[in-house]
Amino acid sequence: MSLDTSISAIAPDRFDAAAAWHLLNRVGYGGTPDDLQRLHALGLDAAVDHLVDYGGVDASKLPGIDLDPDVIRNLTNDERKKVQAARRSGDQDVLDEERRRGQAARREDQKMMNWLRRWWLQRMADTPRPVEERLTLLWHGHFASSWRSVRDTYLMWQQNELFRRNANGSFAELARGIIRDPAMLKYLNNNQNRKQRPNENLSRELMELFTLGVGNYSEADIKAGARALTGYGIDDHDFVFRKGQHDTNEKKILGRSGTFDGDDFVDILLRQESCARFVALKIYDDFVADVGDVYEAVPSVNRRVIDKLARQLERHDFELKPVLKSLFKSKHFYDPAIVGKKIKSPVQLAVGTMRSLDLPTRDRSITDKALAAMGQVLFEPPTVDGWDGGRAWINTSTLFVRQNLTTYLISGKHPTKKSTPKDVGYDPQAWVAVMDDRSPRGVTDFMIDHLVGPHTPAERRAPAHAFMAKRETGETVSNDSVVAMACLITAMPEYQLC
Amino acid sequence: MCDHYHPQSCDTPRITEAGFTRRRFLGHGLGLISAASTVPAFLMRAGDALAADTTMRLSSKPGVPDDRVLVIVQLSGGNDGLNTVIPFGHDEYYQSRPTLGIKEQDVLQVAGSDGVGLHPALAPIHEMMQAGLAGAVQGVGYPNPNRSHFSSMDIWHTADNSAQGQGGRGWIGSALDGLEQPTGLDCLSIGSSAPLATLGRSARPVSFENAQLFRWAGRDLDRQVSETYDQFHDAAAEAPGNSGGEDPLAFINRTSMDAQVASDKVRKAVRFKNETKWPNRTSLSRQLEMVAKMIRAELPTRVYYVAMGGFDTHANQLNNHQRLMDQFAKAMKAFYDELEATGHRSRVVSLAFSEFGRRVRQNASAGTDHGCAGPSFVFGDHVNSGIIGKHPSLTKLDKGDLIHNLDFRSLYTDLLDGWMKLDAKAVLGRRYPSAGLLQPGLA
Repeated sequence: MSLDTSISAIAPDRFDAAAAWHLLNRVGYGGTPDDLQRLHALGLDAAVDHLVDYGGVDASKLPGIDLDPDVIRNLTNDERKKVQAARRSGDQDVLDEERRRGQAARREDQKMMNWLRRWWLQRMADTPRPVEERLTLLWHGHFASSWRSVRDTYLMWQQNELFRRNANGSFAELARGIIRDPAMLKYLNNNQNRKQRPNENLSRELMELFTLGVGNYSEADIKAGARALTGYGIDDHDFVFRKGQHDTNEKKILGRSGTFDGDDFVDILLRQESCARFVALKIYDDFVADVGDVYEAVPSVNRRVIDKLARQLERHDFELKPVLKSLFKSKHFYDPAIVGKKIKSPVQLAVGTMRSLDLPTRDRSITDKALAAMGQVLFEPPTVDGWDGGRAWINTSTLFVRQNLTTYLISGKHPTKKSTPKDVGYDPQAWVAVMDDRSPRGVTDFMIDHLVGPHTPAERRAPAHAFMAKRETGETVSNDSVVAMACLITAMPEYQLC
Repeated sequence: MCDHYHPQSCDTPRITEAGFTRRRFLGHGLGLISAASTVPAFLMRAGDALAADTTMRLSSKPGVPDDRVLVIVQLSGGNDGLNTVIPFGHDEYYQSRPTLGIKEQDVLQVAGSDGVGLHPALAPIHEMMQAGLAGAVQGVGYPNPNRSHFSSMDIWHTADNSAQGQGGRGWIGSALDGLEQPTGLDCLSIGSSAPLATLGRSARPVSFENAQLFRWAGRDLDRQVSETYDQFHDAAAEAPGNSGGEDPLAFINRTSMDAQVASDKVRKAVRFKNETKWPNRTSLSRQLEMVAKMIRAELPTRVYYVAMGGFDTHANQLNNHQRLMDQFAKAMKAFYDELEATGHRSRVVSLAFSEFGRRVRQNASAGTDHGCAGPSFVFGDHVNSGIIGKHPSLTKLDKGDLIHNLDFRSLYTDLLDGWMKLDAKAVLGRRYPSAGLLQPGLA
């Protein structure tokens, strides 16, 4: 079995229902049988364009979110003076009041973050532009900042919008945007990066984790890069360039000399050979195969594809659309060794299940808890390195959480309470209506095709057929059995993959 | 290439007939399947432990078992350390706490500790101290203290006091990442979500509030559903090519089998009857009761994590704190009594900590506000008993707060290096001096 490493497009007639299923589930967040049929009917080119070049898809019906920028705010001058005076005189009442105000603000910000988190997850479930959200999440994990230390929901939202605005645009724009992003500047302490006392945090991560990868720069480059980034700071929730704190002297970065500022620094990074490769690897790891983010550790057969993507990225000046389009049409992408072999992230699992079955909105606090237990809290990547992904998602504990979440989303059966719901609150008939064959056997196969994929072998379908045959002896299938079947299929080991 | 998750499979010859299934495991003894390449990692270790039961207990050190367990008890909210380990011999204590101070005649005095004693409700722990089973470590904290619950708890969990919150991995999880043979059940936390401390690069704890619910919830839908679920999963385990480390589906099938077996084991374990009478049914005692049962069942779990809340005593502290001390002490004593009765006491060391202590001066609401350094507790046969270390100064304060004289990472160092035989330096980034928690020869 040799893996096809060609990134030229498959023949149009090879874009069958199974290929469309792969595209929709791997690139989008899955969808209803209707969505799948429509995508398939478009044919390969139009289907990929529709997903990747989503600018023309109307998303105006999605609810926005209106956050108060001043929940976390600087003290006013008067307030600051008052507190300073109280510190000097030891006026405990004033200090206590200030402390209470701060605590109340943090509580309010926590509420706002819960709200933002649910808004995003719901947007992923509802959006007609799934790739926009997939890419926004990819960039969130790539340029990772965590609310756990930023502690300002408004800044995290601004950053999320930066990723969404440029999601399928240009990686160069993203990189230039991130060195002006208040959440990132706060997260990596660049507000303290001053000419007299450079802080190297952003400079280091910009090279190590955002553009080049470890081993492709020296400590001297980090120091010089930090100087280029001096003065890039925050004023409340806005970016501010503090001229007086910026180091205008000559720097030497990666073999080039000049009075570089942050943009020059980013330009130098983008011109490194390792940069395109590093970005290509990130895209490949997110969409194609769980190969990790260390290029040297990637099997050579996958590396061949990554190298081709990297050259495309360079050729297109880091424009993402042409590269993504070519990848999602490629022979490599549809190779049987790629299909159904990637572990779903917790978000993909939750959102994919909601979209594939067109599920009702359930108690989001249960989904939130499950996402935390599965290891993926939105706006809280564990480190500046983002989420590890791949096999790190799966272990003894997370498997039950995954199965219990999908069961809850489908049936309303609480993950940690014994009782079963009186009313499932979900009518799968609209979903069943599109099927040609509504016999128990037909429905079962349809559901497996749609949820786990048409590639599922017959022997793995047998328990499902036996189950259905025991319950349904007539011509059609009851809602109850469809719901139970969906719970069973989504609890299959295969459902953790797509 | 070997799948590091299941290192045993690399050199175990694969049997050709159908592999291992959960039902087969339940029906047969462990020895029968121990040669199968498809046997879950969890079982491999459990099987080894069973086979080598007598030798496992014989350690290089007489009386010190090798199958050691660490129990972490988190006291959430910031326990008032000054009213826990009480400096009754210092006037400043009573001056700062005119109504909250515990009267000298009520303080439980500890031999060898002048002017410092325990809160009267800690009598059960006092008793354990006299029996050589409990130590109170004074003045534990870290530099540049953070007085936010959230941030300070993160600092304790990540062992990183840069307060940058970038260490999204915890000290226990990182330590367990270093295990050569993870079992999928190395860390178990009781609660609805996994504590940050227990998250590693790949290490994740098993967490549940109720062990009976550590399973697929869909089983409750009906029996047919439950049986079909088992068929799906047993068949997956028997699927060909299941021993390969590379195929993601084989990896998931195997982990799934681990999960099913762990679930069966854990749920069976908590059905044991207690050997002793547990005095009070508080949240902490219920959690520790479950832990005692799982320890008794000899799960391969190395770290258990439990938590008790309510320590954020900003107002009317006296009675609330009395109740908290009472619950804490009684639960710990009952836990160790049960461990003794089941013959497992020498295997278990526990650490109880809180994210910070409270201000020296009481506030206007007869409570105390967030402070800094505070005491931690250690329990077990192998800890140094009594009151450990020096009480922080009551006159030399930082913004009205006690200044720590022992870094909490010294506690972790003793527990990881000395007790768990894991690499503390790799977890903490550098070597911290011993806190002297363990008896000589262990630290």
